[in-house]
Amino acid sequence: MHRKNVVIVVAVLAALGLLWMVGCGGGETTTTTAAPTTETTAVATTDTTAPAGPSGDPILIGAVVSATGPASPLGEPERAVLAMMETQINDAGGVLGRPVQIIIEDDQSNPKEAVTATQKLIQQDKVVALIGCTTSGATLAIKPITAEAGIPQLAMAASNAITDEPPMDWIWRTPQKDALAAARALKYVAETLGVTKIAVLHDENAFGASGAAEIAKSAPGLGLEIVATESYKTDDTDVTAQLTKIKGANPEALIVWGTNPGPAVAAKNLKQLGMEIPYIGSHGIANKAFIDLAGDAAEGVVFPAGKLLAVESITDPAQKAVVSQFVAAFEAATGGKPNTFAGHAFDALALLVNAINTAQSTDAAAIQSALNATTGFPGTGGIFNYSSTDHDGLSVDDMIMIKIEGGAWVWAK
Amino acid sequence: MSFDQFLQYIVSGITNGSIYALTALGFTLIYNATDIINFAQGEFVMLGGLTAVSLHRLGLPLPVAFCGAVLIVMLVGIIFELLAIRPLLKASVLAQIIVTIGASLAFRTFAMIFWGRDSLPLPAFSGETPIKIFGARMTPQSLWVMGLTLVIVVALQLFYRRTLAGKAVRACSVNPEAARLMGISYSRVVLISFAVSAAISAAGGVLITPSSFMGYGSGAMIGLKGFAAAILGGLGSPIGAVLGGLALGVLESLAVGVVSAGYKDAVAFLILLAVLFVRPQGLMGQRPVEKV
Repeated sequence: MHRKNVVIVVAVLAALGLLWMVGCGGGETTTTTAAPTTETTAVATTDTTAPAGPSGDPILIGAVVSATGPASPLGEPERAVLAMMETQINDAGGVLGRPVQIIIEDDQSNPKEAVTATQKLIQQDKVVALIGCTTSGATLAIKPITAEAGIPQLAMAASNAITDEPPMDWIWRTPQKDALAAARALKYVAETLGVTKIAVLHDENAFGASGAAEIAKSAPGLGLEIVATESYKTDDTDVTAQLTKIKGANPEALIVWGTNPGPAVAAKNLKQLGMEIPYIGSHGIANKAFIDLAGDAAEGVVFPAGKLLAVESITDPAQKAVVSQFVAAFEAATGGKPNTFAGHAFDALALLVNAINTAQSTDAAAIQSALNATTGFPGTGGIFNYSSTDHDGLSVDDMIMIKIEGGAWVWAK
Repeated sequence: MSFDQFLQYIVSGITNGSIYALTALGFTLIYNATDIINFAQGEFVMLGGLTAVSLHRLGLPLPVAFCGAVLIVMLVGIIFELLAIRPLLKASVLAQIIVTIGASLAFRTFAMIFWGRDSLPLPAFSGETPIKIFGARMTPQSLWVMGLTLVIVVALQLFYRRTLAGKAVRACSVNPEAARLMGISYSRVVLISFAVSAAISAAGGVLITPSSFMGYGSGAMIGLKGFAAAILGGLGSPIGAVLGGLALGVLESLAVGVVSAGYKDAVAFLILLAVLFVRPQGLMGQRPVEKV
């Protein structure tokens, strides 16, 4: 009787295990990175029409954001910014003399909903361009649709695949690419720390794995030798075994690539094992949650981020002006401070409107050429320089390294 | 692998193994009384940790938050038994097991809505200065977990062997009908088992939260591994549950060191399969003998 029960139970256990794995797989699309960006209000200044209200057929711009669901901390500020900017633009006379209408759809943090929303925006509403999405998963899901329809898409997500994999002609992005953050982190390790032997500990999910791959690819070029690479599962509660293995290889610095809570566990374990090497994290820990979780172990941790986290690091006067104007406008409209995702949305719309104004047309091909010709455009994320081959627009210099000191973020020069 | 590294793997393994052991104990308790595998066991661990986080946030000192969390989750276990298990005690074991799976999903969803999707921390109970054991280092928090496991195992053994109530529980696990005929209230035994099992798991959950954090989904893997540990040690034997848990923790840790971290979870389930093929009654279990 007991043995039969056990067999039944194992079958059920297998089913449960499968169920659990399926359930966990869906959560990964929402781990977009939090590269902080600063905002500009360049939009209002590019308008040249008379203060008399805009007239004529409205210019229809579509937007797909995750205003609800797990990615809503990212998507809701984006939605707020787009609504705020719509009012601002129209109050200043619209674009090309016409009013602008931003049709915002909520994808509920679900790529399937994003696809449905995109189809509706393109086929029913006939938008001239689309801003979307909040998450990498949704962005990649709608990319083929906008590409086939020949509608310019401005993405607010950070996965490398968005601009690394075809179709690539109709999509541009505003956040710093994951690969850029990895490059910035490596630059810090090679130049500021001046070490040669590094170890990498990464999350086994898509974010961690692609970061580790980038690091492996770029490290030799900077004279860095990766002496150990270990991984952990997103919900692993202890990485002392992995760190013990790494300790045996005697690295001079440790790069941890993942999103919370893994890096916080790693920070605590590193301290527990008495390993005194510098800890360089990914932009995924650019949030207060990391400091809350890791506590004292967060001291001295360094990670790459956009310049919004340390506004004093902005040297370009145009970008400085844009950032302060944006922060002020956001606070006036919503009563709170903007986060980096709000910045991504701001940059996306600002770049789009700039392109329409430059092209003096809402024709898709004209917008495409104008976007590809955008150079030196100050945004919250940095200075954007697009080209027909570079749809990312930002460079390593648009990111800075932030150090955690006394539980607060300090610019690490 | 140097000796220091080897020692560290063992120490880390025992630390992680302790929480598997506590969860396995929970499984064993309920299985002993009812033949049910409670797939919501991992969720009791999770609820314990998260409840303690909330109580601590309300300003209660850590020991009070600990006791409060254990009591609250014990209550949850009791209510769960009354509402979901008791009506099914006469139904097939499979139905009861499915109910526990449903309950685990329900608990997880409730936790996600109530506490959000992030992992939450607790301050360490007695600081974070690592303790050195030859070449290996462990945190004071690990000592708390190991200490709790030891206390509970000893208490359970005393309970089962030396008290009348404990003997009543053992009687129920052998033959519920005969036990009833002897005047033992079977339904009360079941209730007590669920309550104690929930309390043990909750206590473990509170103790691991400072070092491992607790989120709404943390219970799933703990539950599965605890179950694997219980099978490894022999379902039905508390000492087996503890040995199974510790063994699983150590084997996992060594797998990371010797093979690679990617296979860490696979080790647990490979062991489970191996045990079921080679020695289904587990390390300490007894081969059931059926007398016609």
